[in-house]
Amino acid sequence: MPNNEHIVSSYEDELTELARAISEMGGLVEKALANAVDALVRTDEELAMAVVVADKKIDAMQHLIDEKSVSIIARRQPVASDLRLVIASIHVANDLERIGDMAKSTARRATQFEGVTMSTQFKNGLRHMGELAQRQVKLALDAFAAKDKDTAVEVFERDTDVDALYVSLFRELLTYMMEDPRNITMCTHLLFCGKNLERVGDHSTNIAEQAYFLATGKSLISDIEDLRREKLQP
Amino acid sequence: MANPAPTPAMESFQTVRTADANANPARLKADGVNVFYGEKQALFDVSIDIPEKSVSAFIGPSGCGKSTFLRCINRMNDSIEGCRVTGDITLDGENLYDARLDVVELRARIGMVFQKPNPFPKSIFENVAYGPKIHGLARDKTDLEEIVVSSLKKAGLFEEVKDRLHAPGTGLSGGQQQRLCIARAIAVGPEVILMDEPCSALDPIATAIIEELIDELRENYTIVIVTHSMQQAARVSQKTAFFHLGKLIEEGPTEGIFTNPREKRTQDYITGRIG
Repeated sequence: MPNNEHIVSSYEDELTELARAISEMGGLVEKALANAVDALVRTDEELAMAVVVADKKIDAMQHLIDEKSVSIIARRQPVASDLRLVIASIHVANDLERIGDMAKSTARRATQFEGVTMSTQFKNGLRHMGELAQRQVKLALDAFAAKDKDTAVEVFERDTDVDALYVSLFRELLTYMMEDPRNITMCTHLLFCGKNLERVGDHSTNIAEQAYFLATGKSLISDIEDLRREKLQP
Repeated sequence: MANPAPTPAMESFQTVRTADANANPARLKADGVNVFYGEKQALFDVSIDIPEKSVSAFIGPSGCGKSTFLRCINRMNDSIEGCRVTGDITLDGENLYDARLDVVELRARIGMVFQKPNPFPKSIFENVAYGPKIHGLARDKTDLEEIVVSSLKKAGLFEEVKDRLHAPGTGLSGGQQQRLCIARAIAVGPEVILMDEPCSALDPIATAIIEELIDELRENYTIVIVTHSMQQAARVSQKTAFFHLGKLIEEGPTEGIFTNPREKRTQDYITGRIG
Protein backbone atom coordinates (compact mmCIF):
# COMPACT_ATOMS: atom_id res chain seq x y z
CA MET A 1 0.00 0.00 0.00
CA PRO A 2 1.74 3.23 -1.10
CA ASN A 3 0.83 5.19 2.00
CA ASN A 4 4.27 6.24 3.15
CA GLU A 5 4.07 9.51 1.29
CA HIS A 6 2.01 12.51 2.13
CA ILE A 7 -1.10 13.21 0.13
CA VAL A 8 0.27 16.74 -0.30
CA SER A 9 3.45 16.09 -2.26
CA SER A 10 4.93 19.56 -1.66
CA TYR A 11 4.82 18.83 2.09
CA GLU A 12 6.59 15.52 1.47
CA ASP A 13 9.20 17.40 -0.59
CA GLU A 14 9.79 19.90 2.22
CA LEU A 15 10.38 17.16 4.79
CA THR A 16 12.70 15.32 2.42
CA GLU A 17 14.56 18.56 1.77
CA LEU A 18 14.94 19.17 5.51
CA ALA A 19 16.43 15.69 6.04
CA ARG A 20 18.72 16.27 3.07
CA ALA A 21 19.91 19.59 4.51
CA ILE A 22 20.81 17.84 7.77
CA SER A 23 22.81 15.25 5.81
CA GLU A 24 24.59 17.97 3.86
CA MET A 25 25.42 19.91 7.02
CA GLY A 26 26.58 16.67 8.66
CA GLY A 27 28.91 16.07 5.71
CA LEU A 28 30.41 19.56 6.04
CA VAL A 29 30.93 19.10 9.77
CA GLU A 30 32.53 15.66 9.37
CA LYS A 31 34.93 17.12 6.83
CA ALA A 32 35.74 20.12 9.05
CA LEU A 33 36.48 17.84 11.99
CA ALA A 34 38.67 15.50 9.94
CA ASN A 35 40.58 18.43 8.46
CA ALA A 36 41.02 20.10 11.85
CA VAL A 37 42.50 16.96 13.40
CA ASP A 38 44.63 16.40 10.33
CA ALA A 39 45.89 20.01 10.34
CA LEU A 40 46.73 19.66 14.01
CA VAL A 41 48.57 16.38 13.70
CA ARG A 42 50.52 17.40 10.59
CA THR A 43 50.90 21.08 11.58
CA ASP A 44 49.34 22.19 8.29
CA GLU A 45 48.53 25.86 8.67
CA GLU A 46 46.93 26.17 5.25
CA LEU A 47 44.51 23.36 5.92
CA ALA A 48 43.78 24.80 9.35
CA MET A 49 42.84 28.17 7.84
CA ALA A 50 40.59 26.42 5.33
CA VAL A 51 38.68 24.86 8.25
CA VAL A 52 38.21 28.26 9.88
CA VAL A 53 36.88 29.73 6.62
CA ALA A 54 34.60 26.75 5.93
CA ASP A 55 32.88 27.19 9.30
CA LYS A 56 30.89 30.10 7.85
CA LYS A 57 29.19 27.67 5.49
CA ILE A 58 28.26 25.45 8.44
CA ASP A 59 26.74 28.39 10.33
CA ALA A 60 24.78 29.34 7.23
CA MET A 61 23.46 25.77 6.97
CA GLN A 62 22.18 25.90 10.52
CA HIS A 63 20.40 29.14 9.75
CA LEU A 64 18.85 27.59 6.67
CA ILE A 65 17.65 24.50 8.58
CA ASP A 66 16.10 26.70 11.28
CA GLU A 67 14.26 28.68 8.63
CA LYS A 68 13.00 25.58 6.86
CA SER A 69 11.81 24.11 10.17
CA VAL A 70 9.99 27.26 11.26
CA SER A 71 8.33 27.49 7.86
CA ILE A 72 7.12 23.86 8.03
CA ILE A 73 5.74 24.36 11.54
CA ALA A 74 3.97 27.58 10.55
CA ARG A 75 2.46 26.34 7.31
CA ARG A 76 1.99 22.59 7.78
CA GLN A 77 1.40 22.07 11.50
CA PRO A 78 3.34 18.79 11.50
CA VAL A 79 2.34 16.05 13.95
CA ALA A 80 3.71 12.71 15.14
CA SER A 81 6.78 11.48 13.20
CA ASP A 82 6.78 14.62 11.02
CA LEU A 83 6.79 16.86 14.07
CA ARG A 84 9.60 14.79 15.57
CA LEU A 85 11.66 15.16 12.39
CA VAL A 86 11.28 18.94 12.42
CA ILE A 87 12.05 19.36 16.12
CA ALA A 88 14.94 16.88 16.02
CA SER A 89 16.37 18.64 12.95
CA ILE A 90 16.50 21.94 14.81
CA HIS A 91 18.36 20.26 17.69
CA VAL A 92 20.73 18.32 15.45
CA ALA A 93 21.58 21.41 13.40
CA ASN A 94 22.43 23.16 16.64
CA ASP A 95 24.73 20.33 17.78
CA LEU A 96 26.36 20.15 14.35
CA GLU A 97 27.02 23.87 14.47
CA ARG A 98 28.71 23.41 17.87
CA ILE A 99 30.85 20.56 16.50
CA GLY A 100 31.80 22.90 13.66
CA ASP A 101 32.91 25.45 16.25
CA MET A 102 34.98 22.81 18.05
CA ALA A 103 36.67 21.95 14.74
CA LYS A 104 37.31 25.65 14.07
CA SER A 105 38.76 26.19 17.52
CA THR A 106 41.02 23.13 17.12
CA ALA A 107 42.13 24.36 13.70
CA ARG A 108 42.93 27.81 15.12
CA ARG A 109 45.22 26.21 17.68
CA ALA A 110 46.88 24.17 14.94
CA THR A 111 48.05 27.43 13.38
CA GLN A 112 50.04 28.19 16.57
CA PHE A 113 52.34 25.22 16.05
CA GLU A 114 54.15 26.46 12.95
CA GLY A 115 57.90 26.39 13.56
CA VAL A 116 57.62 24.73 16.95
CA THR A 117 59.47 21.47 17.21
CA MET A 118 58.02 18.80 19.38
CA SER A 119 57.98 15.09 19.59
CA THR A 120 55.28 13.50 17.40
CA GLN A 121 54.59 11.34 20.42
CA PHE A 122 52.81 14.36 21.95
CA LYS A 123 50.13 14.19 19.29
CA ASN A 124 49.50 10.45 19.29
CA GLY A 125 46.81 10.66 21.94
CA LEU A 126 45.01 13.44 20.07
CA ARG A 127 45.11 11.57 16.81
CA HIS A 128 43.53 8.59 18.47
CA MET A 129 40.92 10.75 20.15
CA GLY A 130 40.21 12.51 16.86
CA GLU A 131 39.52 9.20 15.17
CA LEU A 132 37.13 8.16 17.91
CA ALA A 133 35.30 11.51 17.88
CA GLN A 134 34.92 11.36 14.11
CA ARG A 135 33.56 7.87 14.36
CA GLN A 136 31.01 9.00 16.94
CA VAL A 137 29.85 11.89 14.74
CA LYS A 138 29.53 9.61 11.74
CA LEU A 139 27.60 6.93 13.62
CA ALA A 140 25.28 9.51 15.19
CA LEU A 141 24.51 11.03 11.78
CA ASP A 142 23.94 7.58 10.30
CA ALA A 143 21.56 6.74 13.15
CA PHE A 144 19.68 9.97 12.51
CA ALA A 145 19.44 9.52 8.76
CA ALA A 146 18.32 5.89 9.06
CA LYS A 147 16.10 6.48 12.13
CA ASP A 148 18.05 3.60 13.67
CA LYS A 149 17.60 3.39 17.42
CA ASP A 150 20.17 0.63 17.97
CA THR A 151 22.97 2.68 16.44
CA ALA A 152 21.81 5.66 18.49
CA VAL A 153 22.14 3.60 21.68
CA GLU A 154 25.59 2.43 20.56
CA VAL A 155 26.78 6.04 20.15
CA PHE A 156 25.35 6.93 23.53
CA GLU A 157 27.15 4.05 25.24
CA ARG A 158 30.48 4.71 23.49
CA ASP A 159 30.74 8.27 24.70
CA THR A 160 32.46 6.98 27.84
CA ASP A 161 35.33 5.80 25.60
CA VAL A 162 35.90 9.37 24.43
CA ASP A 163 35.71 10.64 27.99
CA ALA A 164 38.17 7.99 29.21
CA LEU A 165 40.55 8.84 26.41
CA TYR A 166 40.42 12.49 27.37
CA VAL A 167 41.30 11.68 30.99
CA SER A 168 44.29 9.61 29.87
CA LEU A 169 45.36 12.35 27.43
CA PHE A 170 45.23 14.83 30.28
CA ARG A 171 47.52 12.65 32.41
CA GLU A 172 49.90 12.03 29.55
CA LEU A 173 50.27 15.73 28.69
CA LEU A 174 50.75 16.51 32.35
CA THR A 175 53.74 14.17 32.41
CA TYR A 176 55.34 15.93 29.42
CA MET A 177 54.83 19.26 31.14
CA MET A 178 56.45 18.04 34.33
CA GLU A 179 59.36 16.58 32.38
CA ASP A 180 60.22 19.90 30.77
CA PRO A 181 58.51 23.24 31.47
CA ARG A 182 59.25 24.32 27.88
CA ASN A 183 56.52 21.86 26.84
CA ILE A 184 53.88 23.68 28.81
CA THR A 185 52.68 26.09 26.09
CA MET A 186 52.40 23.35 23.49
CA CYS A 187 50.82 20.84 25.80
CA THR A 188 48.26 23.36 27.03
CA HIS A 189 47.20 23.97 23.44
CA LEU A 190 46.96 20.26 22.89
CA LEU A 191 44.95 19.84 26.08
CA PHE A 192 42.41 22.40 24.86
CA CYS A 193 42.18 20.52 21.59
CA GLY A 194 41.56 17.36 23.56
CA LYS A 195 38.80 19.11 25.44
CA ASN A 196 37.27 20.20 22.14
CA LEU A 197 37.23 16.61 20.91
CA GLU A 198 35.71 15.43 24.16
CA ARG A 199 32.90 17.92 23.62
CA VAL A 200 32.47 16.74 20.04
CA GLY A 201 31.73 13.37 21.65
CA ASP A 202 29.08 14.99 23.84
CA HIS A 203 27.41 16.66 20.86
CA SER A 204 27.45 13.33 19.00
CA THR A 205 25.61 11.84 21.96
CA ASN A 206 23.03 14.63 21.71
CA ILE A 207 22.54 13.84 18.03
CA ALA A 208 22.17 10.17 18.91
CA GLU A 209 19.50 11.09 21.47
CA GLN A 210 17.62 12.98 18.76
CA ALA A 211 17.95 9.98 16.43
CA TYR A 212 16.44 7.79 19.14
CA PHE A 213 13.62 10.29 19.69
CA LEU A 214 13.00 10.46 15.96
CA ALA A 215 12.82 6.67 15.68
CA THR A 216 10.78 5.91 18.80
CA GLY A 217 9.18 9.12 20.07
CA LYS A 218 10.78 8.43 23.42
CA SER A 219 13.68 9.82 25.38
CA LEU A 220 16.92 7.84 25.29
CA ILE A 221 17.96 9.21 28.68
CA SER A 222 14.86 7.84 30.38
CA ASP A 223 14.98 4.54 28.47
CA ILE A 224 18.67 3.78 28.85
CA GLU A 225 18.45 1.93 32.16
CA ASP A 226 15.78 -0.40 30.76
CA LEU A 227 17.79 -0.93 27.58
CA ARG A 228 20.89 -1.87 29.59
CA ARG A 229 18.90 -4.32 31.66
CA GLU A 230 17.43 -5.92 28.54
CA LYS A 231 20.91 -6.32 27.13
CA LEU A 232 22.12 -8.12 30.25
CA GLN A 233 19.36 -10.68 30.07
CA PRO A 234 20.26 -13.82 28.14
CA MET B 1 -22.34 -12.92 -4.55
CA ALA B 2 -21.03 -16.43 -5.15
CA ASN B 3 -17.84 -16.05 -3.22
CA PRO B 4 -18.28 -13.47 -0.53
CA ALA B 5 -15.03 -11.95 0.62
CA PRO B 6 -14.43 -12.27 4.35
CA THR B 7 -15.89 -9.25 6.06
CA PRO B 8 -13.55 -7.14 8.19
CA ALA B 9 -15.45 -8.40 11.23
CA MET B 10 -14.05 -11.86 10.65
CA GLU B 11 -10.45 -10.77 11.00
CA SER B 12 -9.12 -10.76 14.49
CA PHE B 13 -8.68 -7.21 15.57
CA GLN B 14 -7.61 -5.38 18.68
CA THR B 15 -7.89 -1.70 19.44
CA VAL B 16 -4.56 -0.19 20.52
CA ARG B 17 -5.16 1.45 23.88
CA THR B 18 -2.91 3.71 25.91
CA ALA B 19 -3.99 4.17 29.50
CA ASP B 20 -4.03 7.66 30.96
CA ALA B 21 -3.23 7.73 34.66
CA ASN B 22 -4.51 11.30 34.93
CA ALA B 23 -7.88 10.66 33.28
CA ASN B 24 -11.08 11.23 35.21
CA PRO B 25 -13.18 8.15 36.01
CA ALA B 26 -15.47 7.02 33.21
CA ARG B 27 -19.22 7.00 33.75
CA LEU B 28 -20.03 6.60 30.08
CA LYS B 29 -18.84 3.31 28.64
CA ALA B 30 -19.30 1.47 25.37
CA ASP B 31 -18.68 -2.24 25.15
CA GLY B 32 -18.65 -4.25 21.94
CA VAL B 33 -20.86 -1.89 19.95
CA ASN B 34 -21.79 -2.98 16.42
CA VAL B 35 -24.00 -0.92 14.13
CA PHE B 36 -25.69 -2.17 10.99
CA TYR B 37 -27.48 -0.13 8.35
CA GLY B 38 -29.58 -2.92 6.86
CA GLU B 39 -27.09 -5.51 5.63
CA LYS B 40 -24.13 -3.19 5.82
CA GLN B 41 -22.12 -3.14 9.01
CA ALA B 42 -20.94 0.37 9.88
CA LEU B 43 -19.26 -0.21 13.23
CA PHE B 44 -17.30 -3.23 14.40
CA ASP B 45 -17.01 -4.12 18.06
CA VAL B 46 -16.27 -0.66 19.42
CA SER B 47 -15.39 -0.47 23.11
CA ILE B 48 -14.31 2.71 24.80
CA ASP B 49 -14.52 4.45 28.17
CA ILE B 50 -15.34 8.15 28.08
CA PRO B 51 -13.82 9.96 31.09
CA GLU B 52 -16.21 12.34 32.79
CA LYS B 53 -15.65 16.09 32.86
CA SER B 54 -13.15 16.03 30.06
CA VAL B 55 -13.19 16.28 26.28
CA SER B 56 -12.90 13.15 24.16
CA ALA B 57 -12.37 13.61 20.43
CA PHE B 58 -13.26 11.10 17.70
CA ILE B 59 -11.23 11.49 14.55
CA GLY B 60 -10.97 9.57 11.30
CA PRO B 61 -11.65 9.89 7.58
CA SER B 62 -15.19 10.31 6.22
CA GLY B 63 -17.26 7.17 6.56
CA CYS B 64 -15.06 5.73 9.31
CA GLY B 65 -18.01 5.46 11.71
CA LYS B 66 -17.13 8.20 14.16
CA SER B 67 -20.41 10.09 13.69
CA THR B 68 -22.36 6.84 13.67
CA PHE B 69 -20.82 5.97 17.01
CA LEU B 70 -21.48 9.46 18.39
CA ARG B 71 -25.15 9.15 17.40
CA CYS B 72 -25.36 5.80 19.18
CA ILE B 73 -24.59 7.52 22.45
CA ASN B 74 -27.91 9.35 22.56
CA ARG B 75 -29.78 6.88 20.37
CA MET B 76 -30.10 9.20 17.41
CA ASN B 77 -29.71 6.14 15.20
CA ASP B 78 -33.09 4.87 16.46
CA SER B 79 -34.80 7.14 13.98
CA ILE B 80 -32.90 5.73 10.99
CA GLU B 81 -34.81 3.07 9.08
CA GLY B 82 -33.09 -0.32 9.15
CA CYS B 83 -30.45 0.71 11.65
CA ARG B 84 -29.58 -1.90 14.24
CA VAL B 85 -27.29 -1.46 17.24
CA THR B 86 -25.84 -4.32 19.28
CA GLY B 87 -23.53 -4.24 22.28
CA ASP B 88 -23.75 -2.11 25.41
CA ILE B 89 -23.53 1.59 26.02
CA THR B 90 -23.91 2.44 29.68
CA LEU B 91 -24.12 5.64 31.68
CA ASP B 92 -23.48 5.02 35.38
CA GLY B 93 -23.98 1.33 34.69
CA GLU B 94 -27.43 1.87 33.18
CA ASN B 95 -27.84 0.46 29.69
CA LEU B 96 -28.91 3.20 27.31
CA TYR B 97 -30.53 0.64 25.01
CA ASP B 98 -32.78 -0.72 27.77
CA ALA B 99 -36.29 -0.96 26.33
CA ARG B 100 -37.78 0.69 29.43
CA LEU B 101 -35.61 3.76 29.04
CA ASP B 102 -37.32 6.99 28.02
CA VAL B 103 -35.40 8.22 24.98
CA VAL B 104 -36.61 11.81 25.38
CA GLU B 105 -35.33 11.89 28.93
CA LEU B 106 -32.09 10.26 27.79
CA ARG B 107 -31.51 13.06 25.26
CA ALA B 108 -31.89 15.61 28.04
CA ARG B 109 -29.09 13.86 29.92
CA ILE B 110 -27.00 13.47 26.79
CA GLY B 111 -27.35 16.61 24.71
CA MET B 112 -26.17 17.17 21.18
CA VAL B 113 -24.81 20.02 19.09
CA PHE B 114 -24.74 19.58 15.32
CA GLN B 115 -22.48 20.55 12.48
CA LYS B 116 -24.74 23.30 11.18
CA PRO B 117 -26.21 25.63 13.78
CA ASN B 118 -29.92 24.84 13.83
CA PRO B 119 -31.75 27.31 16.07
CA PHE B 120 -35.54 27.05 16.15
CA PRO B 121 -37.28 29.80 14.17
CA LYS B 122 -38.12 31.48 17.44
CA SER B 123 -36.62 34.14 19.67
CA ILE B 124 -33.25 33.69 21.37
CA PHE B 125 -35.07 33.36 24.69
CA GLU B 126 -37.53 30.76 23.39
CA ASN B 127 -34.73 28.71 21.83
CA VAL B 128 -33.16 28.19 25.23
CA ALA B 129 -36.43 28.08 27.22
CA TYR B 130 -37.99 25.38 25.02
CA GLY B 131 -36.15 22.40 26.55
CA PRO B 132 -36.66 23.31 30.22
CA LYS B 133 -40.36 23.97 29.45
CA ILE B 134 -41.12 20.62 27.85
CA HIS B 135 -39.09 18.77 30.49
CA GLY B 136 -40.89 20.72 33.24
CA LEU B 137 -37.62 21.91 34.75
CA ALA B 138 -38.78 25.42 35.69
CA ARG B 139 -41.17 26.05 38.59
CA ASP B 140 -42.32 29.43 37.34
CA LYS B 141 -41.54 32.28 34.97
CA THR B 142 -38.69 33.72 37.08
CA ASP B 143 -37.14 30.29 37.42
CA LEU B 144 -37.30 29.83 33.65
CA GLU B 145 -35.70 33.23 33.09
CA GLU B 146 -32.90 32.27 35.44
CA ILE B 147 -32.26 29.04 33.58
CA VAL B 148 -32.19 30.88 30.24
CA VAL B 149 -29.82 33.58 31.48
CA SER B 150 -27.45 31.16 33.20
CA SER B 151 -27.41 28.85 30.15
CA LEU B 152 -26.64 31.78 27.86
CA LYS B 153 -23.89 32.84 30.25
CA LYS B 154 -22.37 29.36 30.36
CA ALA B 155 -22.41 29.30 26.57
CA GLY B 156 -20.58 32.65 26.55
CA LEU B 157 -23.36 34.33 24.60
CA PHE B 158 -25.27 36.37 27.19
CA GLU B 159 -23.24 39.59 26.95
CA GLU B 160 -23.74 39.70 23.18
CA VAL B 161 -27.51 39.11 23.21
CA LYS B 162 -28.78 40.45 26.54
CA ASP B 163 -30.41 43.46 24.87
CA ARG B 164 -32.23 41.43 22.24
CA LEU B 165 -33.35 38.24 23.93
CA HIS B 166 -36.64 38.39 22.06
CA ALA B 167 -35.09 38.87 18.63
CA PRO B 168 -35.13 35.79 16.36
CA GLY B 169 -32.32 33.29 17.00
CA THR B 170 -31.85 32.88 13.28
CA GLY B 171 -30.72 36.52 13.06
CA LEU B 172 -27.48 35.79 14.92
CA SER B 173 -24.14 35.16 13.23
CA GLY B 174 -23.09 31.55 12.60
CA GLY B 175 -20.82 31.39 15.62
CA GLN B 176 -23.46 32.98 17.84
CA GLN B 177 -26.08 30.56 16.55
CA GLN B 178 -23.81 27.66 17.41
CA ARG B 179 -23.31 29.01 20.92
CA LEU B 180 -27.10 29.44 21.13
CA CYS B 181 -27.43 25.74 20.30
CA ILE B 182 -24.91 24.95 23.03
CA ALA B 183 -26.94 27.09 25.48
CA ARG B 184 -30.05 25.20 24.38
CA ALA B 185 -28.32 21.88 25.10
CA ILE B 186 -27.06 23.10 28.48
CA ALA B 187 -30.47 24.45 29.55
CA VAL B 188 -31.88 20.99 30.29
CA GLY B 189 -28.98 20.15 32.61
CA PRO B 190 -27.23 17.40 30.66
CA GLU B 191 -24.31 15.34 31.93
CA VAL B 192 -22.87 14.64 28.52
CA ILE B 193 -22.70 16.93 25.48
CA LEU B 194 -22.10 15.36 22.10
CA MET B 195 -20.75 17.63 19.39
CA ASP B 196 -20.75 16.59 15.76
CA GLU B 197 -18.26 18.85 13.99
CA PRO B 198 -19.51 21.94 15.80
CA CYS B 199 -17.09 24.31 14.08
CA SER B 200 -17.01 23.09 10.50
CA ALA B 201 -19.37 25.86 9.36
CA LEU B 202 -17.63 28.60 11.32
CA ASP B 203 -14.80 31.03 10.61
CA PRO B 204 -11.50 30.80 12.59
CA ILE B 205 -12.49 33.45 15.15
CA ALA B 206 -15.89 31.89 15.87
CA THR B 207 -14.12 28.51 16.00
CA ALA B 208 -11.63 29.80 18.56
CA ILE B 209 -14.50 31.14 20.71
CA ILE B 210 -16.28 27.77 20.60
CA GLU B 211 -13.03 25.95 21.44
CA GLU B 212 -12.46 28.26 24.39
CA LEU B 213 -16.04 27.56 25.46
CA ILE B 214 -15.53 23.79 25.17
CA ASP B 215 -12.51 24.11 27.43
CA GLU B 216 -14.62 25.96 30.02
CA LEU B 217 -17.55 23.54 29.74
CA ARG B 218 -15.45 20.52 30.59
CA GLU B 219 -15.36 21.75 34.18
CA ASN B 220 -18.96 20.60 34.47
CA TYR B 221 -19.78 18.39 31.50
CA THR B 222 -18.49 15.31 29.78
CA ILE B 223 -17.90 16.31 26.17
CA VAL B 224 -17.52 14.08 23.15
CA ILE B 225 -16.58 15.83 19.93
CA VAL B 226 -16.36 14.50 16.40
CA THR B 227 -14.11 16.63 14.25
CA HIS B 228 -12.48 16.55 10.85
CA SER B 229 -9.92 19.05 12.01
CA MET B 230 -7.11 17.14 13.65
CA GLN B 231 -5.63 20.36 14.95
CA GLN B 232 -8.93 20.98 16.67
CA ALA B 233 -8.90 17.52 18.27
CA ALA B 234 -5.32 18.17 19.40
CA ARG B 235 -6.25 21.56 20.82
CA VAL B 236 -9.45 20.81 22.70
CA SER B 237 -9.41 17.18 23.80
CA GLN B 238 -7.73 15.21 26.53
CA LYS B 239 -8.52 11.85 24.97
CA THR B 240 -8.51 10.99 21.28
CA ALA B 241 -9.99 7.99 19.52
CA PHE B 242 -9.09 7.22 15.91
CA PHE B 243 -11.65 5.35 13.78
CA HIS B 244 -10.98 3.76 10.42
CA LEU B 245 -13.35 1.69 8.29
CA GLY B 246 -15.79 1.21 11.15
CA LYS B 247 -13.22 0.16 13.69
CA LEU B 248 -11.75 1.91 16.66
CA ILE B 249 -8.07 1.64 15.74
CA GLU B 250 -6.41 3.47 18.59
CA GLU B 251 -7.40 5.47 21.62
CA GLY B 252 -5.34 7.20 24.26
CA PRO B 253 -4.29 10.54 25.74
CA THR B 254 -4.44 13.21 23.02
CA GLU B 255 -0.85 14.26 23.51
CA GLY B 256 0.42 10.74 22.87
CA ILE B 257 -1.76 10.29 19.79
CA PHE B 258 -0.40 13.47 18.20
CA THR B 259 3.25 13.09 19.16
CA ASN B 260 3.82 9.36 19.10
CA PRO B 261 0.88 7.24 17.92
CA ARG B 262 1.44 3.51 18.36
CA GLU B 263 -0.58 2.31 15.40
CA LYS B 264 0.72 2.87 11.88
CA ARG B 265 -2.73 3.71 10.54
CA THR B 266 -3.16 6.44 13.15
CA GLN B 267 0.23 7.83 12.23
CA ASP B 268 -0.58 7.74 8.52
CA TYR B 269 -3.92 9.48 9.04
CA ILE B 270 -2.86 12.29 11.34
CA THR B 271 0.23 13.09 9.30
CA GLY B 272 -1.88 13.26 6.14
CA ARG B 273 -0.74 10.06 4.47
CA ILE B 274 -4.09 8.29 4.08
CA GLY B 275 -7.47 9.79 3.36
